[in-house]
Amino acid sequence: MTITQNVERNRVASPHLRALESEAIHILREVAGQFDKPVILFSAGKDSVLVLHLALKAFYPAPLPFSLLHVDTGHNFPEVLAYRDRVVAEKGLRLQVASVQDWIDDGRLTERPDGTRNPLQTVPLVDTIADERFDAVIGGARRDEERSRAKERIFSLRDSFGGWDPRRQRPELWGLYNGRHAAGEHVRVFPLSNWTELDVWNYIESEGIDLPEIYYAHEREVFQRQGMWLTPGDWGGPGERERLERRQVRYRTVGDMSCTGAVESDATDVRAVIEEIIVTRITERGATRADDKLGEAAMEDRKREGYF
Amino acid sequence: MSAATSIPTQVNGTSGVLDQAFEDAGVQAHELAQELTSARGLLRFATAGSVDDGKSTLVGRLLHDSKSVLADTLDAVQRTSDARGSDTIDLSLLVDGLRAEREQGITIDVAYRYFATPARTFILADTPGHVQYTRNTVTGASTADLVVILTDARTGVVDQTRRHAAVAALLGVPHLLLAVNKIDLVNFDQQVFDAIAAEFSAYAKELGIHEVTAIPISALHGDNVVTRSERIDWYTGRSVLEHLENVDLTDDSADGSLRFPVQYVIRPRSDELPDYRGYAGRVAAGTVRPGDEIVALPSGLRSTVTAVDTADGERSSAVAGESVTLLLADDLDLSRGDLISGVVDAPTPVTEFTATVTHLADRPLRAGTRALLRYGSSTTRVVVTSIDHLLEIDSLTFVEAPKALALNDIAQVALRTAEALPVEAYRPGGAVGSLLIIDPADGTTLSAGMVGNRRAALHPETPAPSTTTGTQEESA
Repeated sequence: MTITQNVERNRVASPHLRALESEAIHILREVAGQFDKPVILFSAGKDSVLVLHLALKAFYPAPLPFSLLHVDTGHNFPEVLAYRDRVVAEKGLRLQVASVQDWIDDGRLTERPDGTRNPLQTVPLVDTIADERFDAVIGGARRDEERSRAKERIFSLRDSFGGWDPRRQRPELWGLYNGRHAAGEHVRVFPLSNWTELDVWNYIESEGIDLPEIYYAHEREVFQRQGMWLTPGDWGGPGERERLERRQVRYRTVGDMSCTGAVESDATDVRAVIEEIIVTRITERGATRADDKLGEAAMEDRKREGYF
Repeated sequence: MSAATSIPTQVNGTSGVLDQAFEDAGVQAHELAQELTSARGLLRFATAGSVDDGKSTLVGRLLHDSKSVLADTLDAVQRTSDARGSDTIDLSLLVDGLRAEREQGITIDVAYRYFATPARTFILADTPGHVQYTRNTVTGASTADLVVILTDARTGVVDQTRRHAAVAALLGVPHLLLAVNKIDLVNFDQQVFDAIAAEFSAYAKELGIHEVTAIPISALHGDNVVTRSERIDWYTGRSVLEHLENVDLTDDSADGSLRFPVQYVIRPRSDELPDYRGYAGRVAAGTVRPGDEIVALPSGLRSTVTAVDTADGERSSAVAGESVTLLLADDLDLSRGDLISGVVDAPTPVTEFTATVTHLADRPLRAGTRALLRYGSSTTRVVVTSIDHLLEIDSLTFVEAPKALALNDIAQVALRTAEALPVEAYRPGGAVGSLLIIDPADGTTLSAGMVGNRRAALHPETPAPSTTTGTQEESA
């Protein structure tokens, strides 16, 4: 990976990446100007790492005016949690962790028969937003990820249950973002709305941004389920008929271990990842997120319930 | 030639072909990665058309033929096409987002699409065509450098075509592209195309639009969408994608006097930086350099820029569109909502002004309505003092105002604010002169407006726009 420390960096990066950076910084500063208690959803996935990077740049040289929230399914990759804690310590950030396990332990949530906890994140997220009175919740979602996301606003209004009603969303014209909301409601903010996966990786390369190592190809024990390579763990794998194999893999997204699959890959650095993305014929979510395969309208339904 | 044709195939074949793809595309991918990383521009454009003009098919075709659609997405579309008993793959399914829309076979909201070629990166605002969705067309066109208007070669220029052109003109979109679709259904007849292009050109002239390009296409079959059609041999101009890749993007927003709305004040108050006070914002117009004299508005206090700061270090200048932090020589106590302006041509703060507004909400807007006004980074109380005229969008003429504005109405209104604001006439792109009227009760955006009289600003007396149809010029 190239770590560019050249002060001329901003002049050599692609003009369209500079435009996306300026737009994201503008959005993040609007959040600081319009809301009382914003929070960044930080999973240590590459998109949330990028949001954090842009937020630190937006308020430089002052400290970040936002805290971080991680909804921990309890099935996260240990490498990712270590990365998360390292970043928080190095940058002097405030992190709050909402553990799905706590909600299961006190009966507010029930474990699903299939063991996957990705859909269980919604309740702890909505509860924490209400308890902490967060009024802006910043996430790294992109409109190119999935069809129902293509209509998402940059400032997306949520009701007091965290629900998303497509008909209540406000038209967004010019660069005027309207963050007004009624008491109990909040706004989810997506500064990376206009970025594509390739933009994210090109920017990560040009800024020399450090990511959890599982994004790059490495050898790992995995087993196959529903066409995906999964990592064994306490969450419930492998099953009786599933065979462990050593494979050279990398992850294109990081999430709950039970439903985040690895892809076979030789891409050991960011440049190789970019070249791989260009030839890969499978979209990010389709390749690696089992929960999106539930149905054509799966994401639309989960968003209505308050999922990110 | 279109550089897009060099993108390795991502869509032929369905699954289990990764290894083959890597082999085939290895070297090419390396070169393309270099190209897609290297400097290239960003074009924001919008599409508009009537319900059956085939807009979703055109957009699907652009994404598909520019190799922006990935295999599993295409698989899902193929399955749905099969389930519906369709013989060929229905590309419009690529872009229909919400289930409610798929069930009704319509598009109800602006959807954003992304694709890239080695020449440019594209952000597409795909707007629905129904009469009742003017607000979506306005939203999609608000930041567009170009609007693609679709029309059916069999019906030609219809009310909806005129309406979309009028909206683009009102918002000051610099480029219009008329895609005359279903040209195969009129037997590729040049006379039909020329007549439609001429009629549209005449209407555009009335609107004061300076650049119109017309292209005969078949979205369904891909003629002139990405590659030039051999079946339309009388047309020698560019394909739609080639036009999007080559349209002139130079703008003059970096020229003229600085406009810098203060979004946030950065004050670290740390041991190392006890006195740092930076004004964070995005340059709305002009260029700013250290040493520039500025005036803060509405206060009118003057100072000098001492630094243009960023997290990547201080800069020698920043131009329109760039997010930076300005440091000033004097402690002016500015805060969010203030405007840092160049001293030449600085706007004068006023409390009463007019605006051309599009009403966006179901609840009405009346004379006497009290609301909040968002302008730049400022928010202040506002009252609608009068609704002066309604704009008949089909003919772009003013007619008598109704008692209350309904959803999708475009009107000329007078406003009075509680505090003086440095408003000035709307400029295309909306970084200067755009506003929102907001319901203070629940924050609903009621109307979006452009300061001044946009109809009058269109200068209908200007000379005829030059219409490029490709039948009159050499091959591009």
